[in-house]
Amino acid sequence: MLSRLVLRAAPAALRALPPPAAVGVLHTTRSLHTSQQSLAPVPPLPEKGGEVRHGLIPEEFFQFLYPKTGVTGPYMLGTGLLLYILSKEIYVVNHETAAAACILTVIIYAIKKFGGDVAAFADKLNEEKMATALAMKNEAIQTLQTAIEQEKKEQWRVEGRSYLFDAKRNNIAMLLEANYRERLLMVYNEVKKRLDYQVAMQNLKRQKEQDHMIQWVERSVIQSITPQQQKESIAKCILDLKALSKSAQAAV
Amino acid sequence: LPSAVLLKDMKLMDVKLGQLGSWLAMRDFTPGGILGAIRRGYERYYNKYINVRKGGLGGISMLLAGYVVLSYTWSYSHIKHDRRRKYH
Repeated sequence: MLSRLVLRAAPAALRALPPPAAVGVLHTTRSLHTSQQSLAPVPPLPEKGGEVRHGLIPEEFFQFLYPKTGVTGPYMLGTGLLLYILSKEIYVVNHETAAAACILTVIIYAIKKFGGDVAAFADKLNEEKMATALAMKNEAIQTLQTAIEQEKKEQWRVEGRSYLFDAKRNNIAMLLEANYRERLLMVYNEVKKRLDYQVAMQNLKRQKEQDHMIQWVERSVIQSITPQQQKESIAKCILDLKALSKSAQAAV
Repeated sequence: LPSAVLLKDMKLMDVKLGQLGSWLAMRDFTPGGILGAIRRGYERYYNKYINVRKGGLGGISMLLAGYVVLSYTWSYSHIKHDRRRKYH
């Protein structure tokens, strides 16, 4: 049921849509947007506003009347109009006129005297505003420039990656080599220690055997020397000594 | 013909006096159209006399003068009584 309501409301809504587009077309065909429109950069403000003469009448009015009436045309028109409205009393001279005359005199005097100073002051304020905005813009541009340069530097650094990895690879290779050689040395030392041990054992064994054998031989020899033999050997020695002494005495 | 523009698209300054009536009749008098016209007039005045770097006195003084004239017009029926004549 609600869907039927929506369906009935839809054509009414569609009928309400078209007119604004046609109205817009009617008014915008004056200045055709043929140029490429873009919001930035915004064109700068014009330096001076439209020319206004005597602070009241735009210059275009004088230019409009110049071809037909020359330079004095608008002034004659003004004078004529003034006299007309005064004489017909379309402008009534009453107490308000006196008040207006006094006020206008004071205002015009003040403007003539202080206008320049006020304008200079306002210009100074404007300049300060512009200067701060410009400074901000320049600063932003500067920071972006330095950011760009740093980015480029980082990119250049990235190219040096290969050197870094080569150096690291060399380091690791050296470490591995040193470790390998260290272990090799350790193995050699251990093996040498074991072999030395074996050699020392053999030497010791042989030495012990030699000593033991010598001692055994000596013991057995000494044991075999019976007392009889000992006496005979001692007597023989004495005889030998005597003979030697004799020969020695003879030699001397 | 240099400009074969339709009557309704011509600017006011290019319209001949005889065509003024038909030109006026073709203008857009819907509320939206009137608002658009007011907005366009305001933008033209603003961008010509006020939205400049070194704006002068003429910008606001013209507005004030127009205000003075308008208020005089509205109070004329009251000022009529100050005229110098025997029978008002």
